[in-house]
Amino acid sequence: MPARIEPIADRYSAWRLLKEGISGNRGWKQAWRKPEPKARYDVVIIGGGGHGLATAHYLANVHGITNVAVVQKGPIGLGNGGRNTTIVRSNYLLPSNTRFYEYSLKLWEGLEQDLNYNVMVSQRGQLSLFHSDSERDAAVRRGNSMRIQGVDAVLVDGEAVRAMLPFLAMDNPMFPILGGLLQPRGGTARHDAVIWGFARAADRRGVDILEHCEVTGIRRDGGRVVGVETTRGFIGARKVGIAVAGNTSRVAAMAGLRLPVESHLLQAFVSEAIKPLINCVISFGAGHFYISQTDRGGLIFGGDLDGYNSYSQRGNLPLVERLMGVGVSMIPALSRLRVLRQWAGIADMTMDGSPFICRTLIEGLYLNGGWCYGGFKATPASGWCFAYTIAKDEPHPFNADLTIDRFLEGRMIDERGAGPNPWAQ
Amino acid sequence: MSVHRLSQGGHINRSQRLTFHFDGRRFFGHPGDTLASALLASGVRLVGRSFKYHRPRGIMTAGPDEPSALVELRERSRTEPNTKMTDVELYEGLQAWSQNRWPSLKFDLMAVNGLAGNIISAGFYYKTFMWPASFWEKLYEPLIRHAAGLGRATCLPDPDHYEAVHAHCDVLVVGSGPAGLAAARVAGEVGARVILCERDFLIGGGLLLDPAQESWRKEMIATLQGIRDVQILPRTNIFGYYDHNLLGGVEQVGDHVAEPHPHEVRQRYRTFRAGQVVLATGASERLIAFRGNDRPGVMMAGAALTYVRRFGVAPGKRAVVFTNNDSAYATALALAEAGLDGVVLADFRRENRLAAELRAHGVDVRFGIEVSDFGKDRVTLRTPSGGGDNVAADLLCISGGWNPNVHLASQSGARLSWDATLSSFVPGAPVQAERSAGAARGIVGIGEAARDGLAAGLAAANALGLGGGDIDFPLPAPEGPCAPLEPLWEVKSSGKAFVDLQHDVTVNDIRLAHREGFSHIEHAKRYTTHNMATDQGKLGGLVGAAILAEARGETLEKVGLPTFRPYTKPVAIGALAGGTTGERFQPIRRTALHGWHLRHGAVMRPMGAWLRPSYYPKAEETAWDSVSREARGVRQSVGICDMSTLGKIDLQGPDAATLLDRLYINSFSTLAVGQCRYGLMLREDGIAFDDGTASRLREDHFLITTTTANAAPVLEHMEFYAQTVWPELDVQLCSVTDQWAQIAVAGPRSRVTLAKVVEGLDLWAFRFLSVGEGHMAGIPLRVFRISFSGELAYEVAVPSRHAEIVWRAILAAGQEFGIVPYGLETMDLMRIEKGHLAASELNGQATAADLGVGRMMKKTGDFVGRVLSARPALADPGRPRLVGIRPIDSGKRLRGGAHLVSKPGSGRSLGWITSVTRSIELGQWIGLAMLENGEAMSGKTVHAVSPLHDEAIEVVVSSPHHVDPENVRVRN
Amino acid sequence: MLLIPCPYCGARPQDEFHYRGDATVKRPAPDAGLQALYDFVYTRTNPRGWHLEWWHHYAGCRQWVKVERNTLTHEIRTAVGPAEDTPQLSA
Repeated sequence: MPARIEPIADRYSAWRLLKEGISGNRGWKQAWRKPEPKARYDVVIIGGGGHGLATAHYLANVHGITNVAVVQKGPIGLGNGGRNTTIVRSNYLLPSNTRFYEYSLKLWEGLEQDLNYNVMVSQRGQLSLFHSDSERDAAVRRGNSMRIQGVDAVLVDGEAVRAMLPFLAMDNPMFPILGGLLQPRGGTARHDAVIWGFARAADRRGVDILEHCEVTGIRRDGGRVVGVETTRGFIGARKVGIAVAGNTSRVAAMAGLRLPVESHLLQAFVSEAIKPLINCVISFGAGHFYISQTDRGGLIFGGDLDGYNSYSQRGNLPLVERLMGVGVSMIPALSRLRVLRQWAGIADMTMDGSPFICRTLIEGLYLNGGWCYGGFKATPASGWCFAYTIAKDEPHPFNADLTIDRFLEGRMIDERGAGPNPWAQ
Repeated sequence: MSVHRLSQGGHINRSQRLTFHFDGRRFFGHPGDTLASALLASGVRLVGRSFKYHRPRGIMTAGPDEPSALVELRERSRTEPNTKMTDVELYEGLQAWSQNRWPSLKFDLMAVNGLAGNIISAGFYYKTFMWPASFWEKLYEPLIRHAAGLGRATCLPDPDHYEAVHAHCDVLVVGSGPAGLAAARVAGEVGARVILCERDFLIGGGLLLDPAQESWRKEMIATLQGIRDVQILPRTNIFGYYDHNLLGGVEQVGDHVAEPHPHEVRQRYRTFRAGQVVLATGASERLIAFRGNDRPGVMMAGAALTYVRRFGVAPGKRAVVFTNNDSAYATALALAEAGLDGVVLADFRRENRLAAELRAHGVDVRFGIEVSDFGKDRVTLRTPSGGGDNVAADLLCISGGWNPNVHLASQSGARLSWDATLSSFVPGAPVQAERSAGAARGIVGIGEAARDGLAAGLAAANALGLGGGDIDFPLPAPEGPCAPLEPLWEVKSSGKAFVDLQHDVTVNDIRLAHREGFSHIEHAKRYTTHNMATDQGKLGGLVGAAILAEARGETLEKVGLPTFRPYTKPVAIGALAGGTTGERFQPIRRTALHGWHLRHGAVMRPMGAWLRPSYYPKAEETAWDSVSREARGVRQSVGICDMSTLGKIDLQGPDAATLLDRLYINSFSTLAVGQCRYGLMLREDGIAFDDGTASRLREDHFLITTTTANAAPVLEHMEFYAQTVWPELDVQLCSVTDQWAQIAVAGPRSRVTLAKVVEGLDLWAFRFLSVGEGHMAGIPLRVFRISFSGELAYEVAVPSRHAEIVWRAILAAGQEFGIVPYGLETMDLMRIEKGHLAASELNGQATAADLGVGRMMKKTGDFVGRVLSARPALADPGRPRLVGIRPIDSGKRLRGGAHLVSKPGSGRSLGWITSVTRSIELGQWIGLAMLENGEAMSGKTVHAVSPLHDEAIEVVVSSPHHVDPENVRVRN
Repeated sequence: MLLIPCPYCGARPQDEFHYRGDATVKRPAPDAGLQALYDFVYTRTNPRGWHLEWWHHYAGCRQWVKVERNTLTHEIRTAVGPAEDTPQLSA
């Protein structure tokens, strides 16, 4: 057994930063260890992204299950956890989603102190703009749904939007900006830091993070899971959780599961760094475009899927042209700014646009995926609920509706009403 | 002539003087200069401040690799922050300002950050600013946000224009150095359609730095210009390599003038679909890390050569050249020839055969030397034995070797392979139809690169089945083998040695990242922000990787580089939008009656891709005045409305009825010829998709209508089932939305009005839900007796080009009855009164039963959505169902989007209001809503709450059919 | 921009087409029951590699075509009409 690592000895603080700085920064420890796999664990989490690491953290820190390994094909946090547009919010319409994402937002609000890691949760507000009377009514329905469930939401009229964001083009002939729904507690967090913070916190409680350890099979004994085959050998486990959004179909197939999921490309972009221009997160109903500005100054933005199944992590130009067209139409001042970098992630798109955190028909095998666009903001609650589901072998009320059999039962959670068309969700 | 401008040489036009301003000071340059070369010529060294420590920075490069010399270019609405002055072609009247400094460039208070360098090392912000929690948004983050960022953006719209051009070619050549020119020429001469793109404003790449090659360069350009199918595009940077051999680029059409010429664009977004691609993108010189390697006066050796040879500028007065490879010898020679005093060449290697020639030109060549520090006008040299020497110099040129520009090759999908000779990565086996040539794949020497380009161009043409004949043209002589480079990444010493000058990442930051476990190149990049600046790590990327490799005790080959992604150089967002912005963002559809609506004062409103009349206000009328007048006119007499945006699909064939039976929940095979029927389609998952009417024109000919929004999706849905699921059905379908205008004539006097217009159809014998054909003055008409308003009503379909004649004829006929044109608002008002569905109800979340039309579902036979609509949760009668609501206090208003709850303050919503209107008939607000157990709730009271508006009112639940629930009027 | 070899029109750019996912699933017979319909609508193999998929040439011949495309590399191998089988993947 590796020695239990004392959480206090390596605390981060301003005082520590000063002390280490004076002494040449020699005293910092690895943010997470690089251990060898043990023969068996109580729980193996497949997937060292935000959700897998958060699950390990909450297993160890809430449920006291510390004999846990997180296995990851390459280095941790380079999938969707490191490729998203960093938005946190809980402005959902349907109660199953609202209560889950609101719990996530509450966890975000205390995450720095929980993890002793500054993940830079910044609640500068999230504003969803609407362009027609019917979009306004839909926004009002959503905002009222949030308020009834105790979530913050404010309706902002066109004049107030103009005052808040004087650079918007309010009077596009087809997409006039009539107003917006503001969630003041929405905002952003530093995506890489979330990965590292969860990894460090889990590691300090004894969780083994096994990088460069690709799962090649899920071993079963009859109806129950006994462990995972990996490129670093067989690892036994009483319980196995899959949290590999983007590749859920492939890993689940190792256990013989076929899912209502398609993998799709989602592109994102960052501009050169500029002095503060956009304070809150803005999303537009016109053509689906959202934008925020990082603390470093880059404008980070994205929009729709490329629209066809893909595992390539590289996007194409039609989406780019369309997205830039929306961006400049809504914020004409973007025109002369330069986009610095483009990248793409693989989104697990489900048939109703909502995720799943659930047990499977195989005993000891648990599934977390289908995050569509929403995975980053879900990270803490996803880990929290998945840990609960694994530890107790039953869902928490927050994820009780987020099952896969909802499709067979007709209990879809379809926020957009787009139906079983993952490319349109 | 300015102090540093040489009297001769280079590609500038000394006979013409350009005036420009930097930080408000006036300077002069010449055509052919960049902003950087003109400032260097004027002796300007300090041009910017770094991101984090606000250290003074100068000009490092002569192109888009520049990390430091960034300016805000132009002003007001044309402001371009973060512009690399090395990448700006000088023009008369140019205005630029340094950025990220306060109060001034020379004295920047934020430079105190540098003193705390050890504390604000890599990732420091993850370890602090956590207490107290609420201070992050209030204090810490605003300070960070204010300090971060580089230049300032304008808030104003861009006055310039952009456009998109899409080109196809056989061979696309990227880069116009010796390899690119030779590749383009050979491909062009064997008959390929060639496009040659060069990011620079001059063609020639490295040829521009060698006066001996000038005649060959000119001859090659002249020859290429003479080949019909060769197109040369200067100022065109290829920014990305995409799937199926599509490359994206931007042509800077009007950036080299103060304002683009009238009627010309600023930039042109270009895509190239190429049969074959030759990547002749050259190589970028790399940094060496040592203390002070970021100070003003440090310059890449290749850049210094460029300033002397291309721009006729001596970038300093006394120079030290520090190198580990042969290429910098040309720099030292050029500097000596330019008249700099006491040029010292410090070669890290033991010896070199080129030394003699340089010494003959007065260059002090020293071997086995490292530069360990660059202070103010003083370079510290160090021998391996530890001996030191200080040399006075204001210019320190460095060359750590050259990295082939593999970005595009890597983006195309090719893996990179390690080249030990270069100590760098070169393109591996191609995945798409591309090959690299010349320096882009590590070939050294102009003659060698030209030969390699020729071979690549020929191979590209051959791959397309072109060529074969002997193509021969003179090429520059090969330079012969050069002495091997000796890898040198870092000269160790205390103090800050930078690997990323823009983000202020030092070698110690990289080491710290490794110590803390961020040892993978992607982790190190993210933790330190190395490579993430606007130069994309072109200078120091590999150096940082080498420091990491050393820390890990592994080879650089194993450590690798972060993924290369678009863009090879940052691209204006407006260029990528390509002009499809503002009112051109998406095509606007207009009906055949659009002109009439505008002439008659209609307030137009977008609906999907269409513009439709919202209402037709008379002078002084408010919107509600107008809508209520229109609605009263219809309900009391007659009104006319343009319904042309409805989707119209024509189905013909013996199996048309069968197809409709399988697509709608109700039957159409039972519909008699001459009849119409309302129909509802489901998606395959059992959720309502769209509604409309189907009319049987003949036994084997139907016309169906769809909602405006779903016109295209419904057609596609029908085609999918007709073509792929039931291909055996003999039926053809096509959209006739644009071919037919459709005019609703509604109200008790609609029949008498229309009877005056329509010939050949007896409207008194024409019953509700009939379709018939008539005509007016020879114009064929289709008349449908259907009603969205709930009144006696008709819809008249007319070939679009005759729409206005018929519309005006109906207006004239109805004049005696006071006919009113009405718009969307009135239509919506009346359909809510009547309880008809629209997009607010058909929102993709409701079943047929939810919408109150479940009884229409056939009991037998297959149709799309039948099976899955019976899933248990969808069949649950407790689901929200469509109801009508009205406030108990008839003076209160309703709001769309309000929720229905059992009592105010309840945390559980029972439903929501989908549509509201002020009813003309009932004289109060009414609405449609989805309410749990809707039918059973009829007559009961619930509360409509809108916490967003701080409103809660009592409402009574009713049938959705507020007006004429027995449907008497439509049958009159 | 993918280049899709429409069997009726020749190679055409992707933005003339709309996508509709997996073309290997077949709509079951009307009496096949809930599970069969559920699988048709919801269950997807979602392969990393070759994928047979529907594209609708809406801005061209308006035909639905089956395209064999690699979801990892985006390479397109074949495109055929609805009634035809592709050599590698059968629908």
